[in-house]
Amino acid sequence: MVDMTREELKRKIQKLEFAAVELNLYLDNHPNEQKALVDYNNISKDLCALKKEYESKYGPLCNFGNAPSAYPWQWVNEPWPWETGE
Amino acid sequence: MWIYEKKLEFPVKIKNKDLRMAKFLMAQYGGPDSELSASIRYLSQRYTMPTSKTKGLLTDIGTEELAHVEIIATMIYQLTKDATPDELKAAGLGGYYAEHDKAIYPADANGVPWTGAYVQSMGDPVTDLTEDMAAEQKARSTYEHLIDLTDDPDVIAPLRFLWAREVVHFQRFGEALVNVYEFLDSKKFF
Repeated sequence: MVDMTREELKRKIQKLEFAAVELNLYLDNHPNEQKALVDYNNISKDLCALKKEYESKYGPLCNFGNAPSAYPWQWVNEPWPWETGE
Repeated sequence: MWIYEKKLEFPVKIKNKDLRMAKFLMAQYGGPDSELSASIRYLSQRYTMPTSKTKGLLTDIGTEELAHVEIIATMIYQLTKDATPDELKAAGLGGYYAEHDKAIYPADANGVPWTGAYVQSMGDPVTDLTEDMAAEQKARSTYEHLIDLTDDPDVIAPLRFLWAREVVHFQRFGEALVNVYEFLDSKKFF
């Protein structure tokens, strides 16, 4: 498999996390819906793996201790999504 | 607390400058039915929700709205970043330039600054959830107006995403309202 570019990987994370947001809001109102819960858990697992892959290549996606950083501190590296729109 | 994630909820890749559209988009950054109003409204109202489900839902939708504030701000930034003062003046943004340069500032499409008066938090969960359903419909209408005002597919794509989120939030608030009515009924005994 060809390695995904940084933006392709980011796009894949966006798609999965969007599905998780949508299921999350649904489950807030319907906590006994087992099928939605299974989907949510599967997506969480895939999302977690994709984020780990992204972070090992390009640095932390989240601040405040949610992902380690290589030296020197990577959090302040560009691009910032609110500028580039990623 | 909140953790920042270095990604937008939906990508914004606008290639063409459009200052007039940027001015119109301010409606959803600092206007009455803006994403900012939505986020503050839900995150304030959650303290007086009676059920655990509704507390969770308001926390989650209030959080998602913060991501929408960021999408709108990014759109305005990309539409205006190469503008000159003369171009801003010609697009009706001369007053904005005088007060803010090209900085992102929460005002509406007519330059009126955002105010907490756009938000209701009444302490009555039926009142608040009904308010929230109306707020989502008002935001949906605003997105429809904004989509009518542009032909740029780069602008329309995120607007369509945000439009669809209003529809989903309206649905979720409707379910929450039913949940609150059931809770209130269960507490009546004779």
